[in-house]
Amino acid sequence: MMRLPPFTYVAARTLAEAAAALAEHGADAMLVAGGTDLYPNMKRRQFEPKVLVGLRGIRELAGVRGSAREGLTLGAGTTLAAVAAHREIVTHYPALATAAGLVSSPQLRNMGTLGGNVCVDTRCNYYNQSFEWRRAIGFCMKKDGDVCLVAPGSPRCWAVSSSDTAPALVSLGAAVRLVGGGGERTVPLAALYHDDGIEYLAKRRDEIVTDILLPPVDGWRSAYLKLRRRGSFDFPVLGVAVAARLEGAVVRDARIVLGAVASRPRLAEKAAAALVGRRLTPELIAAVAELAAGPSKPLDNTDFTHPYRKKVTRVFVARALRALGGLGDAGRAVEAIA
Amino acid sequence: MTGETRYADDLVLPRMAHAKLLRSSHAHARIRGIDTTRARALPGVLAVITGADLPRVRFGILPVSQDEEALCTEKVRMVGDAVAAVAAVDEETAEQACRLIDVAWEPLPALMSIEESLAHPEVRIHEYGDGPNVHKSVALQFGDVEAAFARADLVREDTFYYEGSTHLPLEQHAAVAHWGPDGKLTLWSSTQTPHYVHRLLAKILDVPAAHVRVVAAPVGGGFGGKLDPFAHEIAACHLSRLTGRPVKIALTREEVFYVHRGRHPVLMWLKTGFTRQGDITGCHIKTWLDGGAYGSYGVASTFYTGVINPVSYKMPVYKFEGARIFTNKPPCGPKRGHGTPQPRFALEVQLDRAAEQLGLDPAAMRRRIVTEPFTKTANHLTVTTTGLAECIDRVVEASGWRTKWRGWRAGEAPSEKKRGVGLACSAYMTGAGTAIYWNAMPHSGVVLRADRSGAVALLCGATDIGQGSDSILASFAAEVLGIALKDVHVHPADTTLTPVDLGSYSSRVTLMCGMATIQAAERLRGAIFEAVAKKLEVAPGALVARGGRVGVPEDWDTAVPFAQAVELGEAMHGVLAFPGSYAPPRRAGKYKGGGVGPSPCYSYTASVVDLSVDEETGEIELHDVWIAHDVGRALNPLLVEGQVEGSVYMGIGEALMEEQVFRKGLHKTPSMLDYKSPTTLETPDIHTILVETDDPEGPFGAKEAGQGPLLPIMPAIANAVYHAVGVRIDEVPITPDKILRALEARRRGKPARVGPEKLPLFAFKEPVVVESAFGQPADAVVVRPFQAERLA
Repeated sequence: MMRLPPFTYVAARTLAEAAAALAEHGADAMLVAGGTDLYPNMKRRQFEPKVLVGLRGIRELAGVRGSAREGLTLGAGTTLAAVAAHREIVTHYPALATAAGLVSSPQLRNMGTLGGNVCVDTRCNYYNQSFEWRRAIGFCMKKDGDVCLVAPGSPRCWAVSSSDTAPALVSLGAAVRLVGGGGERTVPLAALYHDDGIEYLAKRRDEIVTDILLPPVDGWRSAYLKLRRRGSFDFPVLGVAVAARLEGAVVRDARIVLGAVASRPRLAEKAAAALVGRRLTPELIAAVAELAAGPSKPLDNTDFTHPYRKKVTRVFVARALRALGGLGDAGRAVEAIA
Repeated sequence: MTGETRYADDLVLPRMAHAKLLRSSHAHARIRGIDTTRARALPGVLAVITGADLPRVRFGILPVSQDEEALCTEKVRMVGDAVAAVAAVDEETAEQACRLIDVAWEPLPALMSIEESLAHPEVRIHEYGDGPNVHKSVALQFGDVEAAFARADLVREDTFYYEGSTHLPLEQHAAVAHWGPDGKLTLWSSTQTPHYVHRLLAKILDVPAAHVRVVAAPVGGGFGGKLDPFAHEIAACHLSRLTGRPVKIALTREEVFYVHRGRHPVLMWLKTGFTRQGDITGCHIKTWLDGGAYGSYGVASTFYTGVINPVSYKMPVYKFEGARIFTNKPPCGPKRGHGTPQPRFALEVQLDRAAEQLGLDPAAMRRRIVTEPFTKTANHLTVTTTGLAECIDRVVEASGWRTKWRGWRAGEAPSEKKRGVGLACSAYMTGAGTAIYWNAMPHSGVVLRADRSGAVALLCGATDIGQGSDSILASFAAEVLGIALKDVHVHPADTTLTPVDLGSYSSRVTLMCGMATIQAAERLRGAIFEAVAKKLEVAPGALVARGGRVGVPEDWDTAVPFAQAVELGEAMHGVLAFPGSYAPPRRAGKYKGGGVGPSPCYSYTASVVDLSVDEETGEIELHDVWIAHDVGRALNPLLVEGQVEGSVYMGIGEALMEEQVFRKGLHKTPSMLDYKSPTTLETPDIHTILVETDDPEGPFGAKEAGQGPLLPIMPAIANAVYHAVGVRIDEVPITPDKILRALEARRRGKPARVGPEKLPLFAFKEPVVVESAFGQPADAVVVRPFQAERLA
């Protein structure tokens, strides 16, 4: 079987303990919460940390506080299953509840956390392979090598942002609180990401994501659609999150965010702007879907062909907008949450 | 599920070492040298071997394809070929040591497709075969196909491609070898064929077979993937000899993808003549198989792409040409349905198209042309019972076919998600009629020993691979002896203790080992009856055995408990141990190649699939599968339904998502996350209908259930997709991307189809021309070898 490399596990009981352990071990240390992504990657030697700082035992990281009227604060350690089932989230932030409920399988949603999914490693089918496989094909720049095997002329890594919750949260205008290095800061979630497959997080090594902050719901509606081969447990190869504030049929504000088509959640700003001040008609939806597919530039490094993922972007944006406008069938990609 | 089964990887022996293989990172390369110095120096390493340490023996499961080495010595032919092995105190150390072995490679051009291998005869993957990179070429003709096409009202020519797929058993292969201080070798392994492994280990390791014992551990899923002798088994044996310790080796999931022996990718051309009424006048099929790097069962696979189709429908005239091409990929072999799902897909989709052109209901058309019972096919196969007509009737009825199908629906208005139904049928063998090596001995043997406690030990060579054969064999003994199932103790698949059974493949165990069990049980019962008859002073023929007693029905109070009956028997005869033997009736056609295809009897299946296609995304949603299977007799309906449902599930994976894609010489998705196979959540409601025909060749009338029900699923899905959205996807898997491409082609006024556009330029050899045996009556009940007394 594939075995984990040896490591020391530090079971932190408080945020301060965790931050201290991170500071002490520096580049040798990594954070782990649910471990659903990190441990399989360690078995394949994508990561070989000497120290893992475990966040599972930190009570202050778990749980949801606040209300939709005032805004919610979600502890980063809240499990995806809890996020997906939380009544306030299901009712008022459906894009997030849907996205959390579509991550992997029930077992992994019971272990995996919101913070973990927000920070989940970027993926690429040249990278998420065993050490022997990667050695056979020639290592890539994300681990052990110096070229990008998807785009060999490229100076950067094109691994794909594969979080379901990140595009949903960005569409909802969420912010993230980071603690570490002797202080704390809160930034818009969109600012947590770089469009780079390796340096995809704008988070310092000594920082810990502690909370996700959702703004007051204030009339916003939202939806999330996910493309993948198997509804049972696959990572997204396209995620479409759409949030909009409507007055009657007129859109007052909107955000469209695409997941799994770049190294970060990709805002389709032109498409969103085209919605504002307009009535949500089938004609407008078709035009906006076309605009939104523009920034969708998938490469051949996930499941399904990349031209297909691009084609479906248009379909999903239109379906999400139809769902928000109450314009009938949104297609089967909006999956029921158990 | 209790987790109580002890698989090979669960075995732990004192002082056991752990082994790992170093596998090739090149698809095709010459080995210039292997330096193991650094690996040997690693603390904890007990032994390091290369091919130079093993006897220079090439082997292969088929006598005609001896082309494998456990550890390659001169060149590697695929990524994943083993070149060295390490035994160490633990698995981590063995793995680390493998990374310290230095191999000097001289890369050779890698041939990754049928087209590339045929286009580059100057690059030879093997030196043997029927031409450069051609492993095997076969051609058989039964009757005059050109005359048959001239007689037809409609002649269709279609091309199809069937993507390869792998077995994906949950249990990864594992083995423990122990070369004891007595100089004898024992291998516990997850294998479906302990007998063949036994024979080949002796040859490969150059030791007397009499000193080799192979025990098949319970197999956690085989599906044909554990039918060959493998490098890891051989390496573990040799490492145990060197270290004097038991050695365990357990493959990773990625290694299982390299071991493979799965479904052959097959390119097909099919030409069939039809009358206006839908009768077939003649059929001609050409197949090109992508064999991968080694022979394995490939010669048989090649024949199977041609020989079984005539068993389901009347085909008075038949021609088959097939060729298996070597490529630098993991070797293909026998996966559930062995070589027959591919031509079945082609035939059933072509029948659907012919039905549309002829304006016929595809269910009624098939119903009309099913083969007659107890007749021969054009290619000299004997059909005994066939329940195919009933299978069609039952799925048509159960699925509401007539209201759902509603004709060919030309010109219906498009809507976003359209619903369609498709139907397909199939036939499959109940055990191969010939062994892998020619011999006149039984294919299955059983020894039954009755104990004074009233227990009966059943020693059989067969391997239970999850299909439940142990329980079926026990139930046969219990039935004949009139005792409780729990009183039968099955001891399977241990080459020093049990008689030979050829293995758990070709759906042969229930029939062949079953017939042997029945014979042994009848002999045991005969001996017991003789003794009990003497005590009760009645004729042996007046006795019955039931409810754990032996006696005369009219005077049941005097009936003797079974344990006492055994004592009486043992007092009269000595130890009560009786053998049973079975070999299939000798029915091979009298022509070269006639040995592949014959079977004691064939199972039949019909299926209807109901699905929706999303015209915007191309996604398919399966709603229901109705499947009717002629199993002869359902001895344990729950087990039969399990086999049918498992087949449907596996067929759905092949139809919709499973792909063997290679990139830069490597398998693109060697993991259970990235290789897309459906889960229970992707599996629709399956409605299983069992049809019984009580075949005279089967034990208590039973035929196979484990493979045939897979076959109609892929074409039924393809036909339902066409019914739903009017596009033909003439290749599997039928992916959303292909559906969108076909819809797009239609919008542009091009044929609404995705499938192969051209065929390889390849000259098949002159066919062996034999007269068609179509419609000839089957020979009268054939006396089976070793079973004459049962007919007396």
